Amino acid sequence: MRKEKALLFEMGRSGRQGYSLPSSDVPGKSLDELLPKKMQREEPLGLPELSEVEVIRHYTELSTRNFGVDTGFYPLGSCTMKYNPKVNEEVAALPGFALMHPCQPEDTAQGALELYYKMEQHLKELTGMERFTMQPAAGAHGELTGLMVIQAYHRHRGDHQRNKVLVPVTAHGTNPATVTMAGYEIVQIPADERGNVDLEALKEAVDETTSALMLTNPSTLGLFEEEILDMAKAVHDAGGLLYYDGANLNAIMGYVRPGDMGFDVVHLNIHKTFSTPHGGGGPGSGPVGVKERLIPFLPKPLVDKKDDRFYFGYDLPNSIGKIQSFFGNFGVVVKAYNYVCMMGAEGLKQVSTDAVINSNYLATLLQKNYYIPYDRFRKHEFVVSAKPQGKKGAGAGDIAKALLDRGFHPPTVYFPLIVDEALMTEPNETESKETLDAYARAMEEIAGAIEEDAEKIAAGPYNTVVGRLDEVRAARNPILRWQEE
Amino acid sequence: MGGKHYLPLTDEDRREMLKKIGVKSVEDLFSDIPEEVRLKRDLDLPPAMSELEAVKHLNSLAAKNKHLNNCTSFMGAGVYDHFIPSVIKHITGRSEFYTSYTPYQPEISQGILQAIFEYQTMICQLAGMEVANASMYDGGTAVAEGAIMGCGTTRRSKALVSQSVSPFYRAVLQNYFNSRGLDLEEIPLKDGHTDFSKLEEMVDDKTASVILQQPNFFGLVEDLDGVADTIHNHKAVLIMAVDPLSLPLLKPPVDYGADIVVGEGQGLGVPPSFGGPLLGIMAARSRFVRQLPGRIAGETVDSEGNRGFVLTLQTREQHIRREKASSNICSNEALVALAAAVYMAAMGPQGMREVAEQCLQKAAYTREKLTALDGFKTVFSGHNFKEFAIKVPGKPEELNKKLLQKDILGGVDISPFYPELENTMLFAVTEKRTREEIDTLVRELEGWK
Repeated sequence: MRKEKALLFEMGRSGRQGYSLPSSDVPGKSLDELLPKKMQREEPLGLPELSEVEVIRHYTELSTRNFGVDTGFYPLGSCTMKYNPKVNEEVAALPGFALMHPCQPEDTAQGALELYYKMEQHLKELTGMERFTMQPAAGAHGELTGLMVIQAYHRHRGDHQRNKVLVPVTAHGTNPATVTMAGYEIVQIPADERGNVDLEALKEAVDETTSALMLTNPSTLGLFEEEILDMAKAVHDAGGLLYYDGANLNAIMGYVRPGDMGFDVVHLNIHKTFSTPHGGGGPGSGPVGVKERLIPFLPKPLVDKKDDRFYFGYDLPNSIGKIQSFFGNFGVVVKAYNYVCMMGAEGLKQVSTDAVINSNYLATLLQKNYYIPYDRFRKHEFVVSAKPQGKKGAGAGDIAKALLDRGFHPPTVYFPLIVDEALMTEPNETESKETLDAYARAMEEIAGAIEEDAEKIAAGPYNTVVGRLDEVRAARNPILRWQEE
Repeated sequence: MGGKHYLPLTDEDRREMLKKIGVKSVEDLFSDIPEEVRLKRDLDLPPAMSELEAVKHLNSLAAKNKHLNNCTSFMGAGVYDHFIPSVIKHITGRSEFYTSYTPYQPEISQGILQAIFEYQTMICQLAGMEVANASMYDGGTAVAEGAIMGCGTTRRSKALVSQSVSPFYRAVLQNYFNSRGLDLEEIPLKDGHTDFSKLEEMVDDKTASVILQQPNFFGLVEDLDGVADTIHNHKAVLIMAVDPLSLPLLKPPVDYGADIVVGEGQGLGVPPSFGGPLLGIMAARSRFVRQLPGRIAGETVDSEGNRGFVLTLQTREQHIRREKASSNICSNEALVALAAAVYMAAMGPQGMREVAEQCLQKAAYTREKLTALDGFKTVFSGHNFKEFAIKVPGKPEELNKKLLQKDILGGVDISPFYPELENTMLFAVTEKRTREEIDTLVRELEGWK
């Protein structure tokens, strides 16, 4: 089944075309009259010439070389790869949404503004925050927006010495990167033996230079921070703010809200919790919610309502400004809104309930053959340590490849960093018990195969369109585009 | 309860699973949440809708909006009404693509990885650059990240941006710079173009980068010959924001000596979606590759020597480098980049050239007709691509109101961004506009004031 796939640039023929356009019906002028020769391109564009059939077959074949949620189980930890409802795609493609221009007058966009407005109300209720901006285009973009808002708040109060952001070791990689992006220094906070943030270390770290603590709760270990209220108090007492990374919100909807836990700023990953597809790496959407005292600093504009009319409110004198060119990834928010409409309050709580049941159930099944550190109930995800298997010669990365051979997408590997040979596993609520049982059987079989012949597992995968790819070679000798030989 | 069709666990399943876990009730699994913060009431959300009801509701919201299918649009300012070939939605609608995550496991992600590799190649061909990434969020964030990259590579903290760069981009750029404590200075305009004598005065040995846009926000093609030398003499970098659909026709950035090329790729087969999702383009000369933000696909071989593709140079990225990463970007706009790649594959060099030429011709025709009307005046002299600024004899808002009665989305009012340009509008004319539509626009405005 191994085979290479030709590149677009190796296909086609001069003179072929894959489009049709009407001819221009305005009186034409000579090109040189409209555009001086020296401003024109000299060499023709070096793109392939393909018929429509070739284009379709090329990309259709590529799609068969790709694994999505619709292909099979995808327990990638902290990514919440839940089923993407098909109807969401349909409503977002309605011309009345997809073909709107961002500069069209507000009176011609009342439906879109109403949708933004209603979605904001729903997100406020779900999180316990007081206002949301939909402008950030992804989770990490939301993190950056959130830190910028916090920064503007401190600066506005003349609190200029707050140049540090605290981040637990269990945090997503985006958190420390965002801290740098916003011009802050990072202070890493260790975890304790129960997997919680080490409260004493946190208390030690907070001072008058603390701008904020960024926290995911439940953490990437899938564990709820039991001492969250003491943590919040420690940070607030020092004048810092609490930032909630909403990547793991899928675990707690209807049970507890970030706003009630003491968080001042929240970002949500619409493409995780709210079922919008991840698109092979986006587009996502990362709305940011804040408490009252931070509202003046949110990006412009916010959607407001007067009488029965919705409008963009630009009257935010302390706003950080813009974070995206227009109003964010509207098309993604439409899908999420449809999802919330269809789930309702009870449905969303059931999402979290089932996500947590699935996670604890699968962890229980895997415990037979694998070491799972931190013997506690998990929320939506858990982390397996394949250290024992690694010692035999096939670690987390190899187990991942063995899962590919068995038709499953593997968990997130080698993360979080505090667990050796980590397999961060998130079986979300859209998976059936039978799927989890089948996955557990595959994992058991892999554990057995490692006992028998670890080398063989370490040389996999065997049933994929290409064998294990040489990532070191790719980085050492980067080939980043096709070039004519 | 809503959404049952997305929740396969039955009550029986749940009982069995809880028993296996070893707990009596589901509440036990949430027992580590402190009692005082638990939500002790139901969430206050509207009652759940069935699929039928939700579709009806969403349709009713969509029906309240005007859009490019029931209006004739002359709006641009970075987002355009270009032709979108039908093939695109059939490819981006393949759920093997759209339901996949970032391709961390390359052996089962060859489809999207190869598509990104091909997209990177196409962007390089357009701009004449040697490396491109898998995408940024939009034009504005691409400009901002490009400028931050410029500061990183030169180890300097000041950027110069022309006032002819889109005010939407500059707003995002300003925000990113404020947060990071970097300095941004604006190069003034001269007749709607970057004032190059001012640029020459302003650029110095503390300048990290100079950011220009081609065609600029007013649709004008700037004469950038020699500008790069001035910039490079101070060891600063030239960042060019481009419209990729202009590049089949216009001299590519590499010929002007650009070091980093950014831009908005929405014109490449992407619906405008009220301003998002869009497509941020990011490309550069090869010497900048290790400072490039975001995902990059690279070619390699498998264990048997077959060609394959992986995400590469990941030591630049947040999930490996954490606080030392070149950016915090994680999710980008991969599916939109796929749409753009399909667009370029289907349109090919001739199709894209034809689009660019029709834009040029139709915009020129429209400008000529409009400026022949009483009180409508060209604001700047020069060479326009598909957009032009025009001074109108009254309030732009009123003008657009009148046009809307005929289902025409008029121009974008740019006076709020340039207070010195009173009653000035930006009109965009793409290949989709017909002579009849343009003549109707002109007829409707005849005698208007």
